[in-house]
Amino acid sequence: MKKYIEGRVWRFSDNVDTDQIIPAKYLVTGDRRELAKHAFENVRPEFAEDVREGDIIVGGKNFGSGSSREHAPRALLGAGIACVIAPSFARIFYRNSINIGLPLVECDLDAGDGDVLVVNFENGRIVNMNTKSAYTFPPLPDFLMKLLDVGLIENTKRKLKR
Amino acid sequence: MTIAEKILATHANRNSVSPKEIVDARIDYVMVNDVTGLPAFEVFEEFGTTPIREKTVLIQDHYVPNKDVASAEQAKSMREFARKYAIRKHFDVGRSGVCHQIMIEHGFAAPGRLIVGADSHTCSYGALGALSTGIGSSEAASVMATGELWFRVPESQKFTVDGELGKYVMGKDIILHIIGDIGVSGSLYRSMEFYGSAIVSLSLSDRITISNMAIEAGAKCGIIPPDEKVFDHLKDRVIGEYSPVYADKDAEYEDIFEYDAAEMVPMVAKPHLPENVIPASEIDVEIDQAYLGSCTNGRIEDLRSAAAVLAGKKVHPFVRMIVVPASRSVFLEALSEGLIKVFMDADAYVAGPTCGACLGGYMGVLAEGERCVSSTNRNFIGRMGHKDSEVYLANPAVVAASAITGRITDPEDLS
Repeated sequence: MKKYIEGRVWRFSDNVDTDQIIPAKYLVTGDRRELAKHAFENVRPEFAEDVREGDIIVGGKNFGSGSSREHAPRALLGAGIACVIAPSFARIFYRNSINIGLPLVECDLDAGDGDVLVVNFENGRIVNMNTKSAYTFPPLPDFLMKLLDVGLIENTKRKLKR
Repeated sequence: MTIAEKILATHANRNSVSPKEIVDARIDYVMVNDVTGLPAFEVFEEFGTTPIREKTVLIQDHYVPNKDVASAEQAKSMREFARKYAIRKHFDVGRSGVCHQIMIEHGFAAPGRLIVGADSHTCSYGALGALSTGIGSSEAASVMATGELWFRVPESQKFTVDGELGKYVMGKDIILHIIGDIGVSGSLYRSMEFYGSAIVSLSLSDRITISNMAIEAGAKCGIIPPDEKVFDHLKDRVIGEYSPVYADKDAEYEDIFEYDAAEMVPMVAKPHLPENVIPASEIDVEIDQAYLGSCTNGRIEDLRSAAAVLAGKKVHPFVRMIVVPASRSVFLEALSEGLIKVFMDADAYVAGPTCGACLGGYMGVLAEGERCVSSTNRNFIGRMGHKDSEVYLANPAVVAASAITGRITDPEDLS
């Protein structure tokens, strides 16, 4: 996993649910790129077209609520999202994201659409390059950091070998 | 310890566990449906092993009978996985229903068990005293291979509802009332435990509605201490042994909430969050569709409540009412009790057991600007169709009363 990323912000509000991230009618494939074509289609129709590799999503509290669909973080990874930052995450979305390698940061910060953030995972610091404000966040517990790094698939393979 | 702590401790081979700890726990059953199955099977093939057959349950419910070629391919992947690995716990069209109803009817869900499912409403089995919770597809694949999964031990919250409920007040109204009070993230990462005379007086069906919607408050699980109603249900159907788990007298709860059942009335959750609740009698909104079904409220008790309101009446000419029994056996019971005839005589449309209109991709899809009063669990933006359509969550009696008048109606107000 990268220690440091710099990316452009897509700003969302509280309680972004997984139906918003990927509507149920598209749940007929597990393919990231295919799912990414419909990410946020109902609420931010420009997202799929305008999103760029390395962009960052900044959400409000309870990001990723609702359905267990792993298709949601898959769609975000397929769209090139480098990291999601929010004050809190829904638990299944949280697990799914860590398992498939989408970094999540628990942090409440001010950032608008298009702001550029620098996120340093090593020292737990975020700087909004537009406002020059800095924020800190607690690192993931070791167990989750390893899982994010190795990925659930590899982690399971190792478990099976033991 | 609380019920969740005890179940996690037992399954992690530990004497005790504490909130926030991360533990590896043995899983009793892992379930996937046709939507979450495909990604799980693709991941599973990377492991180069065979699934633990006795723990794996496969249920076709979201997009079957296949609605289009893509969903046909998806459902086929489950059929092929079941055959390839000789998994007998595969419930296909004609033998199936909403996955959670099947898990409960077929004796997989039982007190003290630790069950995971790649569907967020897996928390439903808390009504039988199980710790059951939703997970993702990759994790489900991992559990099929290893039989284990990691958990962060949740903090527990205690909800007590005492007193007598009014005639048309159901489990749905209790949980909507609670979510309205604590909000959609009021139980984030937490285990909800439900107590009190009103909970004890509820049918198992109504308790399942409460546990089912624990996820709408963000909870990991929503557990109700099992009693005779649960043990009666399990007779002749439970697979294997089970042992009920109860909280210790000195169990520690992060929060305690107390409610008076007598103050609860039929509720409606307005778009676009389950926390936007208001008494059904205080909202005046025209509807285009009335939906009765789902893992939340598609059981025989729910159909009876709706049929009692609809008997001898007609669905409003501007409304289409859709009824989807939650399983094959619910459908058969409704047939033999004459409920299906009541619905059809009232001009409702009755369909075979699936997830139906709940998630807006299969049938009963709403057009722009249309409104549906629904016995389901989510009213998110675009949940049942067009992004500018609206879903109002309510209990089955409110759905039926609203279908008759064409506007959201408290059954008490039907003259």
